[in-house]
Amino acid sequence: MSSSGGSEAVALPARQSRRATRRGSAGTGAKAGLAPSRAGRLGLRFVALGYLALLLGAPLVMIFYRTFEHGLSPVWNSITAPNAMHAFWLSLEIVAIAVPLNTVFGIAAAIWLERGRMRGRGLLGLLIDLPFAISPVVVGLALVLVYGRTGWFGDWLAEHGISVIFSVPGMVLATAVVSLPFVVRETMPVLRELGTDAEQAAETLGASPWQTFWRVTLPGIRWGVVYGVVLTTARALGEFGAVSIVSGRIEGQTQTLPLYVQDRFENFDTTGAYTAAVVLALLALGTLLAMNLLTRRAHRRRSH
Amino acid sequence: MASPRPNSAATVALPAPRRARLGSRGTGGLGKGLLGIYLSALVLLPIAALVAKADTGGLSTFWREVSKPESVAAIKLTLIVSAIVVAINAVFGTIVAWVLVRDEFPGKKIVGALIDLPFALPTIVAGVVLLALYGKNSPIGVDVAFTRAAVGLALLFVTLPFVVRSVQPVLLELDTSMEEAAASLGAGPRTVLWRIVLPTLTPAIVSGVALSFARAIGEFGSLVLITGNLPFKTEAGSVYIFSQIQNENLPAAAAVSVFLLACALIVLAALNLLVRWRSRHVL
Repeated sequence: MSSSGGSEAVALPARQSRRATRRGSAGTGAKAGLAPSRAGRLGLRFVALGYLALLLGAPLVMIFYRTFEHGLSPVWNSITAPNAMHAFWLSLEIVAIAVPLNTVFGIAAAIWLERGRMRGRGLLGLLIDLPFAISPVVVGLALVLVYGRTGWFGDWLAEHGISVIFSVPGMVLATAVVSLPFVVRETMPVLRELGTDAEQAAETLGASPWQTFWRVTLPGIRWGVVYGVVLTTARALGEFGAVSIVSGRIEGQTQTLPLYVQDRFENFDTTGAYTAAVVLALLALGTLLAMNLLTRRAHRRRSH
Repeated sequence: MASPRPNSAATVALPAPRRARLGSRGTGGLGKGLLGIYLSALVLLPIAALVAKADTGGLSTFWREVSKPESVAAIKLTLIVSAIVVAINAVFGTIVAWVLVRDEFPGKKIVGALIDLPFALPTIVAGVVLLALYGKNSPIGVDVAFTRAAVGLALLFVTLPFVVRSVQPVLLELDTSMEEAAASLGAGPRTVLWRIVLPTLTPAIVSGVALSFARAIGEFGSLVLITGNLPFKTEAGSVYIFSQIQNENLPAAAAVSVFLLACALIVLAALNLLVRWRSRHVL
């Protein structure tokens, strides 16, 4: 299986590609088949790689070059700037709350969608997928309309002294919304493939539903869950639009790392912006690596 | 969605299957209640509030907000550029997928892994990355910053993986014997491509296109820095919504949001139907 088919899309096509690559051929190497002339093949390769180089490769190389152009010390100064450190830790804090919430929700919702029998599951699935189809800006706006000062719960929240919008809880909420579907969507196909035989065996042997879940179901789906968690974390760490709206962007208070990138850029501190961008780009590359390793593991298990 | 398998436990001849399976009763009412509350708080209520806000003054107010010159310009720009971008990526995405599956060259694995970069990279970073090469002080002398081309470039970047990733698995599965048979019967590469390969790939290309389009319509982060957000010129729909929120003009923001959301959902549904119709009538 070519590595490319292995690493999967972070969005909806993931389901399709993951299932297909599972069924699909193993082993490396190009597939034969329609064989255009050698010139045609080289031409297509040139077009494909040229397009990727112009759109992905060259800009990525350029940002690393631009960042380290003046040596390491300005980069170090940018990294250790108090606002940068604060933004970094705030991003991690939000991830540390939103990702576990979505993981628990995702596993439960996947089991419910895959194994449940009540009506309305189709609608539920649609609702869970909705954050993929909605602009992050719209997510932010919708949250403001519910939890903001003039929103549906605005008065109630104000009475009880709870601030959601323009503070960290709102940012966690926004992050949780945009990264909601990943764990559900990555766990469901694995759950389907796992089948219910082992669960039923456990059950007939007298295991309680909880025991069955912890000892049979969860070990069976854990790599699907982990894959979903990787995607959720990447998305949560990088979310910009929704968080931008609900944060109020108060420097040193409600500024996550992506918001900090924008702030630095607009204040003509390109080194600061590039440095923060490179940190986020490295995290993204780490995500790709993790995705690849996880997919390879899935293939290895399959071929055994 | 696969329906749950018939309960084979019944054959073990235990007293009527206890149906204590997870999800049926196992998670219990409490679990379902919590799930419902979480989903309502995160998705259902916000969307309801959005639609309610867009509808505050009735349909005429909604329409007035959507048809203001500045919002018309923003919506038009978003829809037209998205359509162009999606068409370009349909062509190049298919070529990239083909090369990744059928071709062999050094470094192919790395290229294959990098395809997902636009998904993994925070959108604001995508904007900065593109500006580093195609912005002011561009080392190759191409400066698209603050132009409509910048809108297109940013959207090309963020929607790149969709078509590649939906075509690739289909191409992997595609049985090459049909192509070989056609070739042995005297069909040239071009005929094989147009009569056999592309028709098989069409549903995958279409679904990739639909997802790309929905994504392009809503894209925000990558546009913020690179387009300059000049009203009537480079201001895309999502950026317009953002500026309306900043101006506390929530009804206008909600109206345009609902309009663009409806566009995205209609395109997704239409292309889905098209694929379904085609698979029933052609194949």
